[in-house]
Amino acid sequence: MASFNLNGQPVTVEVDPAMPILWVVREKLGMNGTKFGCGIAQCGACTVHLDGQPIRSCSTPVAQAEGRDVTTIEGIAGPDGELTRIQQAWISEQVPQCGYCQSGQIMAATALLRENSNPTDQDIDAAMSGNICRCGTYTRIRRAIKVAAGQERPLDERLAGEA
Amino acid sequence: MNKMSSEKNERSKLVKWSRRGFIGAGVLAGGGLLIGIGVRPGNPVGALAPKVATGAGEQLVNSWVKIDANNIITAIVPHCEMGQGAHSVLGQMLADELDAKWDDVRVMQAPADGSYVVTDTARMFAAPFTLNAADWIEPTWNGLFTQVARFADAMITGGSSSIRTTGQHQMRIAGAAARKMLKGAAADAWNVSPNEITTKDSTLFHEASGRSASYAEFASAAAEQPMDQTPALKSPAEYRLMGKSKRRTDIPAKANGTAEFGIDAVPEGLSLSYAAVVRPPLPGTKVTGMDAARAKDMAGVLQILNMGNFVAVVAESYWEAQQAVGTIGIEWSDTESAIRTTNDQFAAFAKALDEVGESGGEQAAAKGDFAAAFAEAPTKIEAEYKVPYLAHAPMEPINCTAHFKDGAIDIWTSTQVPLMARSAVADAIGLSDDAITIHHPYLGGAFGRRLESEYVTMAARVAKATGYPVKMIWSREEDTQKSIYRPADISRFRGALDTEGRLVAYDNVFTQRHDPAEASVPAMYDIANTSVRVAEAALHLPFAAWRSVDHSQHGWFIESFIDEAAHEAGTDPLEYRLSMLSNAPRHRAVLTKLGEISNWGSAAEEGKAKGIAIVESFGSIVAEVIEVDMSSGKPRMTNCWAVCDAGFVMNPDGFRNQIEGGIVYGLTAALYGELDLVDGAVKQSNFHDYKMLRMDETPNIEVAIINSGDVPVGGAGEPGLPPAAPALTNAIFAASGERIRELPIMKRFG
Repeated sequence: MASFNLNGQPVTVEVDPAMPILWVVREKLGMNGTKFGCGIAQCGACTVHLDGQPIRSCSTPVAQAEGRDVTTIEGIAGPDGELTRIQQAWISEQVPQCGYCQSGQIMAATALLRENSNPTDQDIDAAMSGNICRCGTYTRIRRAIKVAAGQERPLDERLAGEA
Repeated sequence: MNKMSSEKNERSKLVKWSRRGFIGAGVLAGGGLLIGIGVRPGNPVGALAPKVATGAGEQLVNSWVKIDANNIITAIVPHCEMGQGAHSVLGQMLADELDAKWDDVRVMQAPADGSYVVTDTARMFAAPFTLNAADWIEPTWNGLFTQVARFADAMITGGSSSIRTTGQHQMRIAGAAARKMLKGAAADAWNVSPNEITTKDSTLFHEASGRSASYAEFASAAAEQPMDQTPALKSPAEYRLMGKSKRRTDIPAKANGTAEFGIDAVPEGLSLSYAAVVRPPLPGTKVTGMDAARAKDMAGVLQILNMGNFVAVVAESYWEAQQAVGTIGIEWSDTESAIRTTNDQFAAFAKALDEVGESGGEQAAAKGDFAAAFAEAPTKIEAEYKVPYLAHAPMEPINCTAHFKDGAIDIWTSTQVPLMARSAVADAIGLSDDAITIHHPYLGGAFGRRLESEYVTMAARVAKATGYPVKMIWSREEDTQKSIYRPADISRFRGALDTEGRLVAYDNVFTQRHDPAEASVPAMYDIANTSVRVAEAALHLPFAAWRSVDHSQHGWFIESFIDEAAHEAGTDPLEYRLSMLSNAPRHRAVLTKLGEISNWGSAAEEGKAKGIAIVESFGSIVAEVIEVDMSSGKPRMTNCWAVCDAGFVMNPDGFRNQIEGGIVYGLTAALYGELDLVDGAVKQSNFHDYKMLRMDETPNIEVAIINSGDVPVGGAGEPGLPPAAPALTNAIFAASGERIRELPIMKRFG
């Protein structure tokens, strides 16, 4: 049995407390935005927030979430579904390719900007290098974070001169 | 969870097809419209309509496009979406020829149905010469290749082919033909000549009378119009969507977590069980014994299965299944392969190469007289390069969901080959094709890994054996260690330079030649005496097409050796290449532009240097410069510039994204990619020891495009990869004098 708040709503699930949050959220609570990538906290595809901090849900037993707040990709947009600055930048910079790692990337970037609204390249490296993208969208992720932070103009404006 | 309505809106951009499409829908009236159409000879539009056009008021105009009552136009795309962006760009190409309003265009994954075989992809492999023929649309060719493609289940996504085959030869024609039919229908109704009717933003106009109508109003009447088999296509000057960086339609759902991948399958009304599997550590071996005493009593475990060539645990959750399967002691049969270690594999390559000597083996290409030119030339160079086995490691682990009931099976999986997967399932569990429905949502990466269907048959067998609707997921370790692989190889070169430093003799021999056949031939360069040879050597691990296939290793071999020749000649590596490309003006233009944007030849900071490489693959010419900083004694990449000529780029930003991705994939392999054999099995298991490039190591990447036009359109997904490794190792040489002849690079610097 495990009880915690998922995206602001209290949930109680009949599961082994050792089961990782990833599988509780996906299989028991039907929220599929959080992804399985490696199972050993090496790739970041499963990143969710536990009390606002990014964690690897594939390697965190649900017991650790007891009574705490778990936020997944489904829970970061506004109450009317309005996308966050980070999510909007992910679209404006056309970041995703296959998209599989991007829930985890967005959760990591969201935590970064919450802590540090004006990150340097080194700050971005430190916050994001735990997340693997096999499609190789790293340069776009970096740019999207800078666009969300107001440091760079969005792609549309940069492409305005394109024929 | 209270945002479902907006999520649904985002999700609806990818219209889904479901088995329910078969139920209750009749054949649409007027379905005879498309018989004999060039897009799809013998187009069974009447039979397809109930499968793909079941919405209220939807009219299937031909098998690639439908228009609904609200003037929403849906492009039905036969290729899968695995990150390459083809869904969106194929929609863009169809919409442009149709003069459709882009905001009202949707993209739909075509069902796994023989009507959606990708004729031109089959044709590209079987008879590429017909693709560029002036009369390529000639119905005999198309009819023939449709038959071939259907026979071969060729509903394939790969070979960087979607845009240049299906896009150029099917989606555009479908759009143009549909537009002509809509104009014809309006002309009849308005009693005017079709030539007086113009189209824009999914609307028909007759200027003289001031009349206008939406496409939807004439969608049904268009079905009565004759279909032009060779409709006029737009010239580049008339493009409104092609060549523009339109935003991809699949991206919003990938930014809010609602995009559905194979692993996310939650079949309606079914309560899933979950399977974890263990496959043989040595390829081709079988289970000979199994001790599952502990697993039997573990929480959640439903069934434990010895499937002969794998062991499965089915449980109430994947985590429980995975915990349990890990406790099972399994004995495996032995293999006949004598190769047990990495050294054994390389020794087998070396032995094969030694056996063919200086002139033997299968001649893959020959020009002039290598032996004579080599004997006479004053300067000789030799080099031997080695590359390791590589896994694809797509982020979405291998998985498949299957439900067997009443002699039929439904499959949900990420696949590049849905019809081949269907045939594989048919063979594996003894069903006919029509008892098998393949649902294939987005792929969480593939890179060639999902061209094989062994995992699909495994899930089908487990579903049939248990009767459960079951979702099988491989651990990351299973896919790293028991997969299909980019082959390892050794490649040996001998070359000779004349007194001017020109490369006049070139001999190359290696053991692995798969696809494309031209990957190992440096055809663009002026080398008077060329010999390319293949020696036969067995691979211990099964072969896979891995992003850019043979170009992934031959690009590195060839462009490393050319760089060695340039340094031997004492000539700048960019100038040296330019001097060897007298018959390749497009290559010269690419290199010249690359020199400009990379500031090639400008003074470098202490410890930094640039390397260059150029490879033509999948119809596109791509050259790259990488700048590396060796001041710490280890390579750190600072900048990468790429220039690409793909003839004409349909979506520049999407193309750049693909090139950036190809570069990162290639650099990852160059720096870190290596799988070792220990006792015949793959040693590396997960991302801690099969390392990936991460953000902090990725250089800035700038991609420039040349639209040289008037040549067949080239691919995007793979061509960015091959030049990356040689550009990097050539840069390391320029910075440090260390010539890397064995990948991965970090073996030297780790």
